[in-house]
Order: sequence, then structure tokens, then C-alpha cells
Amino acid sequence: MTQQLIHYLLFPGLLFMVIAGGFLSWFDRKITAWVQFRKGPPLLQPLYDFVKLMVKETILPRNASRVTFLLSPIFAATGAIIAGLMILLPAFGVSAGFDGDIIVIFYVLAIPSLSYIIGALSSGNLLASVGASREMKLIIGYELCFLLILAAIILKSGYQLDLAGIVAVQQADGAFIGSVSGVLLFVALMMCIQAKLGMVPFDAAEAETEIASGFLIEYSGPPLAFIKLSKYILILVLPVLVVSLMLGGLNLNGWGIIWAVLKILLVVLLVTLVRNTNPRLTIKQSMRFFFIWMNLLVIAAIVLEYMGL
Amino acid sequence: MDTNFQLPSSDFPQIKKTLGFKEHCFKKSLWLYHFGGASCNNCDIEILDCLTPRYDVERFGMLLIGSVRHADVLLVNGSINTKCRDRLLEIYKQAPRPIVVVAIGACGCTGGIFAEGNTFAGPVDKIIPVDVYIPGCPPKPEAILAGIVNFLNKK
Repeated sequence: MTQQLIHYLLFPGLLFMVIAGGFLSWFDRKITAWVQFRKGPPLLQPLYDFVKLMVKETILPRNASRVTFLLSPIFAATGAIIAGLMILLPAFGVSAGFDGDIIVIFYVLAIPSLSYIIGALSSGNLLASVGASREMKLIIGYELCFLLILAAIILKSGYQLDLAGIVAVQQADGAFIGSVSGVLLFVALMMCIQAKLGMVPFDAAEAETEIASGFLIEYSGPPLAFIKLSKYILILVLPVLVVSLMLGGLNLNGWGIIWAVLKILLVVLLVTLVRNTNPRLTIKQSMRFFFIWMNLLVIAAIVLEYMGL
Repeated sequence: MDTNFQLPSSDFPQIKKTLGFKEHCFKKSLWLYHFGGASCNNCDIEILDCLTPRYDVERFGMLLIGSVRHADVLLVNGSINTKCRDRLLEIYKQAPRPIVVVAIGACGCTGGIFAEGNTFAGPVDKIIPVDVYIPGCPPKPEAILAGIVNFLNKK
């Protein structure tokens, strides 16, 4: 029981998730700064941002639906934490998964985005509703692609429906990325991760320069801090999901720890580099990108899988 | 315009009361919101210059953000005329407390060459309480950074 509580609350659960997620969001900003020949923020910047937001005043817009407006950031953080627990515990070798948990993970990962949409629509702000509608379209775009990728991975692993099983298959037979179809799936999965994190080619919902932070526009103080918290957690959890699904999972024995850390940092680095070298797509372009090109890529990968490549 | 709105005094004493770690975090993570009045755009360019690789305010944790609801610092530049006075007041009322107001440039501080104009509605401190004045036409990016950093380190 104590063992389980430690797993859920300390390592690799809540506390580890928040600290490592904060570190990775700093890593993302630091790499961004280096790409732009800047120096970048100090290591504790995510902590400073979080504490500062907790100190600030919370403003309730006059037209907002108060309960929904204030609860949706908490739902977002809770959804991110649940998804994090379901992904991190199997990834760190704690037997907490169950048969079919990958399908539950798929749904739970949608909670943060849906909460942002609900919060934005309840704030009564025009620009927030523009942001919410864009986020909704983006979800419609990438979720089908993400589901197809999961289907392809389940097929590849010989119908394993739990995350731990998929990792076990890869640790026995080599990572899924080591084949032609695996490479195609990895590219598509990285694009889905980018859209789920709301990073630059797909950040039309949050566009600071045109709709002034979009769905976040009315949030201030502690609710904004909770939204930041959910983003910190997602920037750790989604790369770990990529590593578990495609890159052979995390092996925590001996030197494997360094290799595991490098894998996660590599995925975050890829996300950051894509974010820094691309302009923002309009929502129509993002939807077309996922509906046509990424879906075609994944279907091609599934066909290649049937041919044994 | 809401004529009953009382001018509050500066918020900054409120920050100073919360001594210790919270105050430290506040100083280390200032998010900037930029309000350009009827500016000639020179000060705007110098503010944007602070964000470039050469000056890089992000190393102090400062970020330029798009919504005033997230702001900790309100940067005001340009002469404030009768049109933008109401907007400035509205923006100030929308900002979450505590907020630091910085008047940048000769026009923001005193009115500069526009002080005698018939649409001029007073320098920034006649409309909202100002914490930092950064004079210059336009002030150099070093002056803007030095102004904010000196203010934060003031005891």
C-alpha cells in the first residue's frame, strides 16, 4: 500500500511528473533561445512562473459562467495528471496498467484540450471563442490520425492492447522505429504530439500575435497557473508515450537510465526544433495536413506492415 | 467612460509586503504587456529591440505576452491623446493586481513635444499611477532594462 502510494504520488507519479515536466519546459525554452542565438531563461524559470501566477489576482469576466470558467483549468490539470499516471507507471516498470489501457489513454489525453475549449467558451470572450473553435477543429484533425497510429502500433505488436505489453514486445524484438513502416508512423506520431502540445505549426488556437493567446485570453492568476501545470505535465508525458510506443520504452537498469533520459530529451528536442523552424499554419491548412497527408502516411504504413516491412 | 473610477495608488507596495520567496518569484518572472499610445513608433521599436538576441530580456524571465490578463508589467509609450486615454484606463482596469506601470519615452513621461497639442490628454501619470519613468526620445534598450532592473532592486 505504502509502495503504491509512493508510486502514485512521488515517483514516477505526481511529484516527479511536475518537476520533470517543469524541467522539460525549461529545456524547450532554452533550446528555443539557443536556436535564436539568445541566452534563454534560468533553470528555475518554470517554478518562478508558477509561483508568480499563484500570487496574482484572479479575474472573473463579467459575462463568464463562473463555476465552469474556474473549474476547467482544474479539469485540464487533472486530466493531464491521470494521463501521466497511466503512461508513466507502465513506462517505469510499475505494474499498474490493465488490458486495453492504451484506448483509455487515448481518451484521457483528450481531456486537457477539451477542458481548454470548455473554459474558453465559458469566458464570454470573442477571441477566446475563436481560439476554442480552432482548437476543436485541430482536435478533429489530429485525433483520427492518432487513433490510426495506435491501431497500426497495436497491429505491429501482435494485438497487445496494454502499454506494458507493447513495451515488452519491443524490448524482446527491437524498437518499432527500426522498420520502414515504423519510420512513417514515427513521423506521423511526432506531428500529432506537436498538435497535442499546441506547438508552433499547429498553434493557431493560441496565436499570441493574432488572437492574443486565444483560449487563454481571459485567464489570470491561479487558473492560468493550473493551465501551465497541465502543459508542463503534457510536455513530459507525450514524449514518454512516443518513447514507449515507438522507441522501445525506457530501460531503467544500469546505464539504461542515461539512454532513457536521452530518448526523452531527443523527442522534446525534435518537437522544439520543428517549433522553431516553421511558421504558424492556418487552421484550414492544419486540418488538411492531418486529414489528407498524415492519414495517407499512416495508411501507407499499415499497408507496408501487412507486406512485412 | 466610467467617471466614478477612483485612481488607485501604485500597486507596488503590495508586492513589497509579500517579502521573501514569492516576491523573488514575482521579480524573476515579469510578463510584459505593451500599450502603444499615439506613438511615433520609435519607442515601440526600442521595446521590441529588448526582445532581440542582442539584449534578450528572457534571461531575466521577462516575456512579451498578448493578453493583459497575464501581464505583470504594463509598458506605456507614446503621447496619450483623448482617444487613447479611455483605452489606457480600460486596459489598466483589466490587468490583474499587482501590476507595475512603466512610462517609456519623453511622451510617456511628460508629453514631450506633444504636451501643448489640443488633443493631448496628459502624460501617463495623470491617467494611471506610474511606478517607473524611463525618459529619452527614444530611450535606448539598455536604459529600459536598467530602469526596470533598478526599480526591482530598490529597497
